[in-house]
Amino acid sequence: MWELLKSYWQILRRPSVHYSLGFLTLGGFIAGIIFWGGFNTALEVTNTEQFCTSCHEMRDNVFEEMKTTIHYSNRSGVRATCPDCHVPHNWTDKIARKMQASKEVWGKIFGTISTREKFLEKRRELAEHEWARLKANDSLECRNCHNFDYMDFTRQSKRAMEQHSTALASGEATCIDCHKGIAHELPDMSGVKGW
Amino acid sequence: MKKHLLIAACMGLLSWGAVAESLDAPAPDGRRLGGTIAQELQAEEMPKVENKDLKRERNYPEQPPTIPHKIDGYRVDTNSNKCLSCHSRSTAAKSQAPMISITHYMDRDGQPLATVSPRRYFCEQCHVPQHETPAAIPNTFKNIDQVLEGGASQP
Repeated sequence: MWELLKSYWQILRRPSVHYSLGFLTLGGFIAGIIFWGGFNTALEVTNTEQFCTSCHEMRDNVFEEMKTTIHYSNRSGVRATCPDCHVPHNWTDKIARKMQASKEVWGKIFGTISTREKFLEKRRELAEHEWARLKANDSLECRNCHNFDYMDFTRQSKRAMEQHSTALASGEATCIDCHKGIAHELPDMSGVKGW
Repeated sequence: MKKHLLIAACMGLLSWGAVAESLDAPAPDGRRLGGTIAQELQAEEMPKVENKDLKRERNYPEQPPTIPHKIDGYRVDTNSNKCLSCHSRSTAAKSQAPMISITHYMDRDGQPLATVSPRRYFCEQCHVPQHETPAAIPNTFKNIDQVLEGGASQP
């Protein structure tokens, strides 16, 4: 094994005998573009609602619940898809989240939530992960669309205005602290602060 | 033989006509005015929910207060109760929302409980939001003050 690795290292170390420097640099450049493009395309494919709902775990549970909420159907027709809220839009954060999500492949293979009962049992844990994530990044995914700087308090109801102009404005609370379960049903909320 | 069949067919058609007419009788004028039972009428425009956060007068002291705000998407089930996240004893101070009354913390024998009584848990059984629209069916209800003012002769 060590000998094999060593021989490859020797090949890598030697200057090219047959190919010109121009071919190697240009070829490497073009191959790089193709590889990078392919990588990003594949990444984007996994970042669509169609991809998320291709598994029955998502399609029959969380996606079905979301259909009745305002983030799916509303007066203006602007809607959020799964990755809008569950995957950061920034590239580095997105890659970090995607690496985390490899655990979900494990879950899919071993059927962690393959039935409705298993899903309901695990819902609190899954929800807590999302709450913790949104709390830690100051509800970044909410703020991709709901920008505090452009909120018109005068167009909000009195109760909403009071909360948004005090707790939210001072940074004391973030969106997820109050707006839990706005796109999906809630797990057993006993012991959750504010519930 | 052929003649008999023809007569039977005619009778059948006639009775079918009679049945069809009785199935499509004029509808009683209830909340939906006019039309027949089988007829589909244009649905009325859906009114907006009143969202002013102003307490409304109660028609009698025991009346469950109506909800003066929108409750779209408020979930009340075995897992969570969105109403109680503002109106329960422990959260009312922070939200400044009216605390649900002491009767909600009693069982049916009047025994006080630590938390909301299960029979009072489903808020919308008694408390409902109101729409910005006149009553679908006018009524002649008079509250006690109006009855006293009008004298006993009033119906």
